[in-house]
Amino acid sequence: MTDLIRLTADEMADALAAKDISSLELTRAHLERIAAVDGGVHAFLHVDGEGALAAARTIDERRSAGEALPRLAGVPIGVKDVMATKGLPTTCGSKILQGWVPPYDATLVTRLRQSGLPILGKLNMDEFAMGSSTEHSAYGPTHNPWDLERIPGGSGGGSAACVGSYQAPLAIGTDTGGSIRQPAAVTGTVGTKPTYGGVSRFGLVALASSLDQAGPCTRTVLDAALLHEVIGGYDPMDSTSIDAPVPPVVEAARRADVSGMRIGIVRELTGEGFQAGVQKRFDEAVEHLVDAGAEVVEVSCPSFTYALAAYYLILPSEASSNLARFDAMRYGLRVWPSDDASAEQVMAATRAAGFGDEVKRRIILGTYALSSGYYDAYYGSAQKVRRLIYDDFASAFERADVLVSPTSPTTAFRFGEKMTDPMSMYLQDIATIPANLAGVPGMSVPSGLADEDGLPAGFQILAPATRDERLYAVGAALEQRLDAAWGGPLLDRAPTLASAFSGAMGSSYADARDGEGR
Amino acid sequence: MPELTRADVAHLAGLARIAMTDDELDRMVGELGIILESVAKVQQAPIEGVEPMSHPLPLTNVNRPDAVHPSLSAAAALAGAPEVDQQRFSVPRILDEE
Repeated sequence: MTDLIRLTADEMADALAAKDISSLELTRAHLERIAAVDGGVHAFLHVDGEGALAAARTIDERRSAGEALPRLAGVPIGVKDVMATKGLPTTCGSKILQGWVPPYDATLVTRLRQSGLPILGKLNMDEFAMGSSTEHSAYGPTHNPWDLERIPGGSGGGSAACVGSYQAPLAIGTDTGGSIRQPAAVTGTVGTKPTYGGVSRFGLVALASSLDQAGPCTRTVLDAALLHEVIGGYDPMDSTSIDAPVPPVVEAARRADVSGMRIGIVRELTGEGFQAGVQKRFDEAVEHLVDAGAEVVEVSCPSFTYALAAYYLILPSEASSNLARFDAMRYGLRVWPSDDASAEQVMAATRAAGFGDEVKRRIILGTYALSSGYYDAYYGSAQKVRRLIYDDFASAFERADVLVSPTSPTTAFRFGEKMTDPMSMYLQDIATIPANLAGVPGMSVPSGLADEDGLPAGFQILAPATRDERLYAVGAALEQRLDAAWGGPLLDRAPTLASAFSGAMGSSYADARDGEGR
Repeated sequence: MPELTRADVAHLAGLARIAMTDDELDRMVGELGIILESVAKVQQAPIEGVEPMSHPLPLTNVNRPDAVHPSLSAAAALAGAPEVDQQRFSVPRILDEE
């Protein structure tokens, strides 16, 4: 592993600006890393070496010509396969979109290109972002860089594993119920779900439109802030986009100041149900924040105990409606059950063949929750609970500037452990879901390794809507103190994958992969 | 709460346009039963008189000036189509549905 790829994105930007390195060199180093380790990790569904190198060359030429470039120009990035990328396959981890090449870029992707970030490729995910482990990807799971036998979280396991294994310093994720934060927690990386409406959803293949939000996946809090600044801000193409400047996230990350800040511990999101080692690292992290000058208050959000139930009605309802667009008519898979089949029969056969089990489960559940006679009891009740959760946040934020909890109740589990029991998989998101229901921003930063299994745990920070900068102030302050206590970043203690992959293990993973995916 | 039956799931799968085998239906009835029992918890929350909330942001209608902008060419829009005929999406027959 070259030292170049272990730099932070901020350091890479410095080196590029000083012309100590070129973007071509940097991009090539990451492509070499991908070639070396991704056979074992499987973070990427598609690698676009040629496109990334071409973008890098352009940036180098513009820099040589003396042009003033955006801060992250030349720093390579990976993009979750849920974002439309013109000319690059976009599958959402689903067979139904296998081989689909979008004719346009998502707004977020346009901003990455305009800011000069070479796009290395598309990252693996649970099919249509439904899952907490990437085991629901139609192209095989991503493996956790800390232990290749374990899940990297989900749905954005590809994004988290990509930055966690130094295949890119930056990645884009999306978070509907925790899909940026939970993968960050179990891979020892950083992930932010911005305020709903803070980052454009135009060109993001919709799962649940009132919950979906794209955001940064990185190794440091400052890197997340730098990327947040690039992708955030008003977009006229998204009717739910907030028409206001991006919150001052970079400044907050650089200052890392929590003195006088009131940190609220949510009673309902600690203790019972949380793995002992995860809880212990959380408690210590709170102590570090107190040492840094923050004040701790305990808050209660009683409606949070209903959040999971409300979420698993609202999400399937919206998803069943959004996924109706995969009808075998205009793009994607088309399956003929017989030569003279009708449109309806083709649709049913295509969706049967193109969707995986979890997607089918949620579509059926949503169809049920929205059906006449059950609407009030299920979807209607869930919407009322959503209001209660929103109100709970409002009162909690009167007493505290930010709320904190462990991000995920456990560390990374082994493949297959929760696949036969959907409810146990859903519980992974118990602490992250409330933020999506209320639209408030959230972040996960590493809190350390759990004593019982030596695997990473995450510390979640939540802030009031549009006050995303508070996440960065708290996240950066905690990161600073924990890195000092550990004598370096947590990821320094992760296995160097080059050796893990050089043996027979790697080839068996490679065999299990879907050839079409790459 | 009414129990979800196999016939219910078959009906829902039809509404959702997903063909399902007998095995799939059997499995789905059991799994959905467990999930439904769990999500029905929303009915026990103190929700009486609470205004439903569909969206986290106070939404207002968004308008833009009625100006012509460049859009996808027909060729680009059709590029991902399963079948194209005379610069149009070609689709299976829609008449004589069962």
